[in-house]
Amino acid sequence: MRLDKPDTQGRFAQFGGQFAPETLMPALEELETEFTKAWADPGFHDELNSLLRDFVGRPTPVYRAARLSAQYGIELYLKREDLAHTGAHKINNTIGQALLTKRMGKPRVIAETGAGQHGVATATACALLGQECVVYMGEKDIERQALNVHRMRMLGTEVRPVTSGAGTLKDAVSAAMRDWVASVDGTHYIIGSVVGPHPFPWMVRELQKVIGEELETQMDGSAPERPQPDVIVACVGGGSNAMGIFYPYAGSDVDLVGVEAAGYGLESGQHGASLVAGSPGVIHGSMTYLLQDDQGQILEAHSISAGLDYPGVGPEHAYFKDTGLVRYASVTDEEALEAVYLLASTEGIIPALESAHGLAWIIKEAPSLQGKVVVLNLSGRGDKDVELIVEQS
Amino acid sequence: MSEPLTELFSRCREEGRAALLPYMTAGLPTPEESLTLFAAMAEAGADGFEVGIPYADPLMDGPVIQAAGERALSAGSGVEVSLDVLREVVGSTGKPTVVMTYVNPVLRMGIEAFADRVAAAGGSGIIIADLPVDEAEVFAAAFRKRDIGLVLFVAPTTTDVRLERVLAAKPPFVYGIADLGVTGARTAASTHIAALVERVRRHSDVPVVAGVGISTPEQAHAAACVADGVIVGTALVREVMGATDAASAAEALRLAVGGFAAAMQRD
Repeated sequence: MRLDKPDTQGRFAQFGGQFAPETLMPALEELETEFTKAWADPGFHDELNSLLRDFVGRPTPVYRAARLSAQYGIELYLKREDLAHTGAHKINNTIGQALLTKRMGKPRVIAETGAGQHGVATATACALLGQECVVYMGEKDIERQALNVHRMRMLGTEVRPVTSGAGTLKDAVSAAMRDWVASVDGTHYIIGSVVGPHPFPWMVRELQKVIGEELETQMDGSAPERPQPDVIVACVGGGSNAMGIFYPYAGSDVDLVGVEAAGYGLESGQHGASLVAGSPGVIHGSMTYLLQDDQGQILEAHSISAGLDYPGVGPEHAYFKDTGLVRYASVTDEEALEAVYLLASTEGIIPALESAHGLAWIIKEAPSLQGKVVVLNLSGRGDKDVELIVEQS
Repeated sequence: MSEPLTELFSRCREEGRAALLPYMTAGLPTPEESLTLFAAMAEAGADGFEVGIPYADPLMDGPVIQAAGERALSAGSGVEVSLDVLREVVGSTGKPTVVMTYVNPVLRMGIEAFADRVAAAGGSGIIIADLPVDEAEVFAAAFRKRDIGLVLFVAPTTTDVRLERVLAAKPPFVYGIADLGVTGARTAASTHIAALVERVRRHSDVPVVAGVGISTPEQAHAAACVADGVIVGTALVREVMGATDAASAAEALRLAVGGFAAAMQRD
């Protein structure tokens, strides 16, 4: 059963919770109180909704991919989060949290970023609201997502390279948390996904569920061109775009499919598929599925897509997996790359490598999806990946 | 057993000084040579130890201990080696020793099994950096059954309500976080620790051990004047990371720990 809110311990059944250093606990309590208050305040929603409409460009359209539909014998629709301002769904969350930061009277914001989309979205919200912003980014990701680094700097944000570990998203989250332990009095940490200690997974889901709520109105079955979905597909790294589109449908008879990064292949051990191939444990403050060895050391993930290159996943996804509310699958780097070219050349849309994982799964599974109405959450656009993709091909 | 810890703190109170509890990552410079470092610190005046299990993603640790953990892991250390080191340290120095870890390795082995292993190795207590009192109950119960104390933290940000919850859980000592931020050297002495100890004292007589950001004998002395114990980690780990071999690391530690030990006597 879908839960409106995690329990008083911040848990979705056994997942979630608050495995955080004591120094941060009072800030997490304050955050829960302040978000609960803001979320019950029509004034907060008015302010958020008018920014989502006029600044972000919501609602994002639903587009019927006619040529791909004909080619594969499915009714394929794209929820166009790539058309949201800054090019991905990440902005839904950062505008909300930046407004909350203002309410809490904190002048400074920190964030982590993998692909750079959350970093850009945070930098954008902070520029809009006049907040100081520091973004932590792994040095490997700085290299492979150079365009987004430039964008963040133009927006007035300081990008701090993280050299520990593999220099990817996990290390950026850890570095941001370390900053927060030192700066918690005047700083809010805008976490970029449905991960971290409670209340983050719940709060970020609440801010992202606008995606699924819009889809419910846009595809309500009231006309032949707006059929109700049979299947909804989204990529899962930390899992915020998937949570955003799944949550309103969780428990309905719509088939929900989360697609993780299989990297070089699950059997290679080099992937980011924590739900499909991981086991329960604690990462970044939360009980969830993660990639770990037999002594409980967290393993490095691998994915061609920086946004899916993460050894953990949001705890509510772990709950969805165990309760069967959502099923999870994975596709490889190579399959995702092919899907980028397919969407670009067939529909005139260059998707982010992350979102391409969802499309790759649909193509692979097309024989079992014949005649079905399939919605892909096209969570981001691919401009940031062009250089990398050209190098790989 | 937690009794050696209790005895240590009451003896130090009688002697008008604080207990020096150095932290060292287990398995440095190699698993085989790890014990020599603890032995050197014991000779130089350490009263007990924190044996650190190296961890791949240590959220509460600064760059020095992060790097030490990475090096220890690549030298073959980990949970198993750390528990061996714990047993050797307790066996050969006889000093009260606590394990320092993050929560995931404990969960991976299973809380009960982990508590068994710490008890079998002679550990007096356990510190879990990412385990606040809110999540602690199931862990505390398992360790309590084996007479091992689960240490809880109090930070400068801890509210009164939270402080009362920490004290109600009856930790063997309270880890007083002397400064905001992760482990690592600070140039200025903490202004928090005296206030923090005073807040605890208003409610309880439980020993308070100061740690985080204490890296010079002067800073340690200031903490020793108010707290029951002092944890020094980064300053010592740095000596080991900078040494060319185990012998010179032990020598550097002897010198450094001697300096900290002399700073434990109150004015």
